[in-house]
Amino acid sequence: MLDEDVIRRTLGTALKRGGDFAEVFVEEKTSSSASLDDGRVEEVSSSRRRGVGIRVVVGETTGFAHTADLSEEGLRSAAEAAAGAAQGSAGVREVGVFSRKTVEPTHDVRDYPESIDKEIKVEALRRADAAARAEGGAIAQVSASYADSRRRILVANSDGLIAGDEQIRTRFSVNAVATGDTGLQTGMESPGRTVGWELLEEFPPEQTAQIAARRALSKLEARPAPSGKWPVVLKKGAGGVLFHEACGHGLEADLVARDASIFKGRVGEQVASSLVTVVDDGRLAREWGAYGIDDEGAAAQRSVLIEDGVLTDYMWDLLRARKEGRKSTGNGRRETYMNLPMVRMTNTFLERGETDPEDIISATDYGIYCVALGGGQVNTATGDFVFGVTEAYLIENGVLTAPLRNAQLIGNGAEALRAIDLVGNDFDTWAGTCGKDGQGVPVSSGQPTLRVSELTVGGTGA
Amino acid sequence: MTSKRDLLVIAREIAGSARGSEQIEARVGRGRDTDVEVLRGSVESLTVAESEGVTIRVVVDGRQGVASAGSLDPEIVAATLKDARDNARFAEPDEFSGLATPAELGDSLVPELDLWRDDLALIPTEEKVAMALELERAVLSANSLVRGVESSSYGDGSNESALVTSTGIEAAQRRTTASLGASALAGPETDTQTGYGFSVGRTLSDLDLEYAANQAANRAVRLLGATQPKTQRIPVILDPLVTRTVLALIVSALGAESVQKGRSMFAGRLGEEIGSPIVNLIEDPTNPEAFGATPFDSEGAPTRRVDLVTAGVLNGYLHNVTTARRGKTVTTGSALGSGVGARAAYLRPGPLSVEELFASVPHALYVQSVSGIHSGTSTVSGDFSVGAEGLMVRDGVFAEPVREATIASTLPRILLDIAQIGSDLTWLPGGGAGLTLLISDMMLSGS
Repeated sequence: MLDEDVIRRTLGTALKRGGDFAEVFVEEKTSSSASLDDGRVEEVSSSRRRGVGIRVVVGETTGFAHTADLSEEGLRSAAEAAAGAAQGSAGVREVGVFSRKTVEPTHDVRDYPESIDKEIKVEALRRADAAARAEGGAIAQVSASYADSRRRILVANSDGLIAGDEQIRTRFSVNAVATGDTGLQTGMESPGRTVGWELLEEFPPEQTAQIAARRALSKLEARPAPSGKWPVVLKKGAGGVLFHEACGHGLEADLVARDASIFKGRVGEQVASSLVTVVDDGRLAREWGAYGIDDEGAAAQRSVLIEDGVLTDYMWDLLRARKEGRKSTGNGRRETYMNLPMVRMTNTFLERGETDPEDIISATDYGIYCVALGGGQVNTATGDFVFGVTEAYLIENGVLTAPLRNAQLIGNGAEALRAIDLVGNDFDTWAGTCGKDGQGVPVSSGQPTLRVSELTVGGTGA
Repeated sequence: MTSKRDLLVIAREIAGSARGSEQIEARVGRGRDTDVEVLRGSVESLTVAESEGVTIRVVVDGRQGVASAGSLDPEIVAATLKDARDNARFAEPDEFSGLATPAELGDSLVPELDLWRDDLALIPTEEKVAMALELERAVLSANSLVRGVESSSYGDGSNESALVTSTGIEAAQRRTTASLGASALAGPETDTQTGYGFSVGRTLSDLDLEYAANQAANRAVRLLGATQPKTQRIPVILDPLVTRTVLALIVSALGAESVQKGRSMFAGRLGEEIGSPIVNLIEDPTNPEAFGATPFDSEGAPTRRVDLVTAGVLNGYLHNVTTARRGKTVTTGSALGSGVGARAAYLRPGPLSVEELFASVPHALYVQSVSGIHSGTSTVSGDFSVGAEGLMVRDGVFAEPVREATIASTLPRILLDIAQIGSDLTWLPGGGAGLTLLISDMMLSGS
């Protein structure tokens, strides 16, 4: 993407005023999307972005500048700005000899986004629209969209590292509105993978549309969730986001260093039920948060964070790891070349257990079965969380009964981890965008069907 | 940075390349940003950056294609125009789509708004760094229960943009912004509470460091020892930030696009009473105090004040050119991106100070922050059930703090249940304003 000699000279300029470390991050990203609404393909759009972010580290301070001007002059001027922002008295450092790092590609993309005719893509939106409306006359409105992207990155630093990666992502979303006696209700489904257009073979538009439409329709019949403390069964895949928010963030080394984590200083301690093993795995093939290298050039890896309930390690980026004299775990990510990297999750999940998921439901006398969660929020310093439930059912005498709406799960991440008493032998993931500090990056979260023995359910029913 | 005229020239060149029945809209912008993050008395990061970008919309026979790029490099601009033209081929025609024409906008003038401060460009970086460091110190010393600062930052930006259409619309604007923000950590590690404080303005001298520091410290400290409250129906007092969040949900359902597509809880309610009689809901991007102030919208239509709800009665919806044509009305200058949206919505302040409002009710829950907005609320169904933390209010003063609770009602119900509106109107970052609000009844779920 850039000539190695140009990069070397740019790093030299970045370290001209002294510094411990300098890095050039090059990014080129093209994306395309289209949206159908009200029965019509309304807008087809595309975007492109290309630029370089340069950082210089002196002691505790990072100087950062970025530019969309990829000429050698543009790079020099950005390198000088970064050096000026991190003026240090440290001695001038030589740029190491580049050794190219190769990593096995995590993806095996078949149909590159740009290789598929746009007419085929918009046709998939029409198929989804028709399929959602075919679910019944109560479906009053449907919107559908696809979004695909191709991101190429190149990272080079003064330690001599040079590495590149290509990341392809495709996502398809359907949102349905159903109308009935209880007013309007919505349902959404949005599968995403680090693959090309072949995503639609695994998740046909009709299937995604049906899930969204049925979710909206079931809410028409739903009654308000009962508020109180109940056992909560989270269907495979549905609850991963809860653990991402309420536990995952507290395992990020930067939040630990800021005293903003409940898991600070607790490595080696029992922090969860012994049924719980939590893993972050950036190499989990095809998953939404997968990549070859992170945005600092470190290979993505599988990191066990909690093993049989015992806290084993945090997730690390390059700067935090350097400070501790250890290696990055490949969790240094940034939204664009215009942002500084920080510790981020990739694909974070609870490993499967041994119980048949049906036995988990039948073992529950009264409780809530959550099929889909919406977004949520968490105070990482305390682990307190609140999550909306977008599809849920009542469990009565071990059997699923009435659909519920307006349920919220309220609790504390650490307490919920300790209260997990049944873990299923199934597994699924959910694709989402993590928005830490305003930087959105694709992540997935996953879990087997599991039961939390008691969680506060906020609802509007009695 | 190049001058304002240059951006207009670039935009004219793009729009001028329209051929035949094709319409082209070019939006171009440039900006310069500084961001300082400090941690434990030293600069953690200092970012100095310039950015630029272009967004091109092409409409051919009612088919619309859009393309954007993070560069004004002529080659990239040309490729972006090609992308937009190609994209337009695959969209389906809509008789109401198409760019605005000057005739359609009538004689409404683009308001003159003073959103730019020359002095921002002259402030040395050292002064900005010093301010972020001082903010961190001020948070730590604001209250002895503050044990740390999770983040403390200063940021500013200056941005210029121009919009030109092949139908004859031209507009340009520029703005500066500056902000301070800090997050305080209070209490022991087993019961940490965080509180955010900020101050925003158009240049550094507008910023109130003491206010931001005290806000961060107070909001963290006053929640220490919070416990789960009992489930009950209770009057609720919303903090100005929470009020703004709730208003934003309500206003988004007043966009004509969602109304026309059957996706709004307020569809078909024009002329009806949708709020309590004291509710006056206004959208006014021409108010320079508003952070979302802008002289023209993303289609180049002049912005103006829109009285959405007056004395509780729904007067109208927010329109862009397309929804206005479909609804046989005129645009309200509310085009936002490709859709419709509010930039500076607020409730007309009431007569009561915050203290008087607190004293107007014997017992209430004060909600300092809400969570789970995106999953727990719907502007389609009107559902409203969100996580809440805050404090109980008894006899007009704060009592015990609460956490791990939810509050629930519906958005239409909340509008009808507004019992008192505070006089403390505050413009907030991200557009829109907040004030303290008393809602007569909500369901509080806890233990």
